Amino acid sequence: MLGLELSFIWAGIIAGAVLIYVILDGFDLGVGLLFPMTKDEGERNVMMNSVAPIWDGNETWLVLGGGGLFAVFPLAYAVVMPALYMPIILMLLGLIFRGVAFEYRWRTKRWKPLWDMAFFGGSLVASFCQGIALGALVQGIEIEGRAYAGGWWDWLTPFSILTGVAVTVGYALLGATWLNMKLEGRIQQHMRRLAWPLALATLVFMALVSLWTPFKDAVYFERWFAWPTSLFSGVVPLLVALAAFGMLRGLQRKGDKQPFFCALALFVLGFIGIGISFYPHIVPPSLTIAEAAAPDESLIFTLVGTLILLPIILTYTAYAYWVFRGKVDPEEGYH
Amino acid sequence: MLDGFTAEILARVQFAFTISFHIIFPAFSIGLASYLAVLNALWLWKRDETYLNLFNYWKKIFAVAFGMGVVSGIVMSYQIGTNWSVFSDKAGPVVGPLMAYEVLSAFFLEAGFLGIMLFGRKRVGDGLHMFATALVALGTLASATWILSVNSWMQTPAGFSMNDLGQFIPEGWWAIVFNPSFPYRLVHMVLAAYLTTALVVGAVGGLHLLRDQANAAARRMFSMAMWMLVVVTPLQIFAGDLHGLNTLEHQPVKIMAMEGHYDSHPDGAPLILFGIPNAEEKRIDYAVQIPKLSSLILKHDLNAPLDGLDTIPEEDQPPVAIVFWSFRIMIALGFAMLGLGLWAAFARVRGRLYDAPMLHRLALLMGPTGFMAVLAGWITTEVGRQPFTVYGLLRTSDSLAPVAAPAVAASLMAFIVVYFFVFGAGTWYIVSMMRKPVADHVLEDERDIAQGDGPVLAVGEEAAVRNSPKES
Repeated sequence: MLGLELSFIWAGIIAGAVLIYVILDGFDLGVGLLFPMTKDEGERNVMMNSVAPIWDGNETWLVLGGGGLFAVFPLAYAVVMPALYMPIILMLLGLIFRGVAFEYRWRTKRWKPLWDMAFFGGSLVASFCQGIALGALVQGIEIEGRAYAGGWWDWLTPFSILTGVAVTVGYALLGATWLNMKLEGRIQQHMRRLAWPLALATLVFMALVSLWTPFKDAVYFERWFAWPTSLFSGVVPLLVALAAFGMLRGLQRKGDKQPFFCALALFVLGFIGIGISFYPHIVPPSLTIAEAAAPDESLIFTLVGTLILLPIILTYTAYAYWVFRGKVDPEEGYH
Repeated sequence: MLDGFTAEILARVQFAFTISFHIIFPAFSIGLASYLAVLNALWLWKRDETYLNLFNYWKKIFAVAFGMGVVSGIVMSYQIGTNWSVFSDKAGPVVGPLMAYEVLSAFFLEAGFLGIMLFGRKRVGDGLHMFATALVALGTLASATWILSVNSWMQTPAGFSMNDLGQFIPEGWWAIVFNPSFPYRLVHMVLAAYLTTALVVGAVGGLHLLRDQANAAARRMFSMAMWMLVVVTPLQIFAGDLHGLNTLEHQPVKIMAMEGHYDSHPDGAPLILFGIPNAEEKRIDYAVQIPKLSSLILKHDLNAPLDGLDTIPEEDQPPVAIVFWSFRIMIALGFAMLGLGLWAAFARVRGRLYDAPMLHRLALLMGPTGFMAVLAGWITTEVGRQPFTVYGLLRTSDSLAPVAAPAVAASLMAFIVVYFFVFGAGTWYIVSMMRKPVADHVLEDERDIAQGDGPVLAVGEEAAVRNSPKES
């Protein structure tokens, strides 16, 4: 019984880590996606500097997602990684290119355009693959015994391509609203203008994915439309509408912060929606949270440290954001 | 191109390739983070601008190296699952939590304070900036501690039981974390990282002394690096010896391969200096050896018997030639480092540390030897524990993910192309930064000088005002 509760606490922590990753790295991948939207050297510099001091911390949540899964749900880790072999490897390669671009592009004049391309291309591949991975998880992973039993291309379906595009567009929206908050002048106006079509596209894709998901699996359908869970799943779309309204209103009034935080709220709500569909599975359609959990000894040992360290991490992460708060100064940067 | 290889071989090559690339960056950044903390502390204490200039100079190099370490490290945390999923399922309950602790106690610490260390001196002030710099250094050491605990547990597993599914179930975390080979391996690796950094700093110092003997920053870093070498290399040789004795106790087969002992020696084993391992005939061809010395080193007794690989079933033996050679390369480089340190100490005593072009040339030449020794050492220990992932308990061939060879081959090719391109470029940028003298470097960025008690204080204050965060 204790083990069951522990595994659910852990499922919550891992889900939280993934959510924090998605919204934090979401906007900084989004900055990469928007990089080609300006050719101006100075504007590109401030775009990159708006995330330079924090991107590394943002990406650490992805390592926690992977490492945490390995620690407390080793079976889920062992099943999901081979099933998503190609999108995961491509995502890693994409993250390599965009990660090194932060430093490399300041080190060369001749090759600067190449690393600008790497920043954009790497962000694009990583975003798209994360969306694909999401779609592949939602549509289900075939398991036999304790191993993945499907083929090498099972992840590639119209649905996963849809989620890939949806996540990419959503990240671009996060990026645009982040830059609207952090930058000034012409580039800020440019990003605010871009946020409009991105916001509408994100809402359309959210609607498409939400409408398609319940039909992927009878269980999802039941969860969304049967009493009493339908009560909760009815609330989520309402809140989505509210967040969307807040964002568009914020953009209209040329607000700095409101569009960004409303876009974040959209992502959180989307994430909760997916959570409702998944529960109590960790890898649909057959592997449950309890089945995938490591033995209690591992769960307890890791939980003790997590409960102590996670609040500390959140505190100093918040501090780092606070240190670099406000508009980005075009003159600043150590390069 | 890679047709005809099994998925297992390809997955092993892929892991060896990605982890070999990865280890290069931490080996450098662990030492460099500590060096930066020392430089910054000395600057705050003595207010000697040479320290600040050196800090700013190495800070930018650190940023590039650290970035490469981060992105190549993310690959490692996922590759265990993509290519070694059976290992993940079975050993995950034991090694997974240690890696989670690494992320929580080390990666976040480094990442959280790196931004402040690189960009934030003016925003947070000297005190907090020093604190952030020290935490980044602490984070790199914490990271090394956890990951070496994981690696050591795989070499000398302890504190576990096994369940019906073949999973390793943790029984005692103290025994798991502090497994028998962990303290030795940790000390050996951290000292290796410090030596690697000292050799790089010494090479850069040597290069700039060759160009200009009066260059204050070059003198300072060369002197610091040579002190480090002469103090740490003997410690490292001593730690390495203890590590070897520990390996003899827990992984004797690895020692047999390192020593090239195909045959048992009931009355004193020879130390084989050089030779060519002949796997077919099971002997070392053209061996140059010193009788009984191996027994003396390993058992502290000239006539102590030592078993050879002839006592071990064929299927439990590691590939001898790789282990035999990589071990000798590591040892030879270690003694070369000791030689450099001693020469520098001798020159220092004679008051000619900065006036010894041959010494500076040697230091420059030996810049990359730390990396080479680290790689050789890791190859020795990792190939030497084959054919197991969890030593004696889980075979490498039983750890593999149910992956198809073409998928592994394709990703391996992609990793090779991307790594050589991306990390090749990064290495090039680092080397070009190192070729610039320290003074020039700081002049590029006036505000960094201005921020201290430098000659352009007025500009600094103006910049500080301009850079203060504006609330919206």
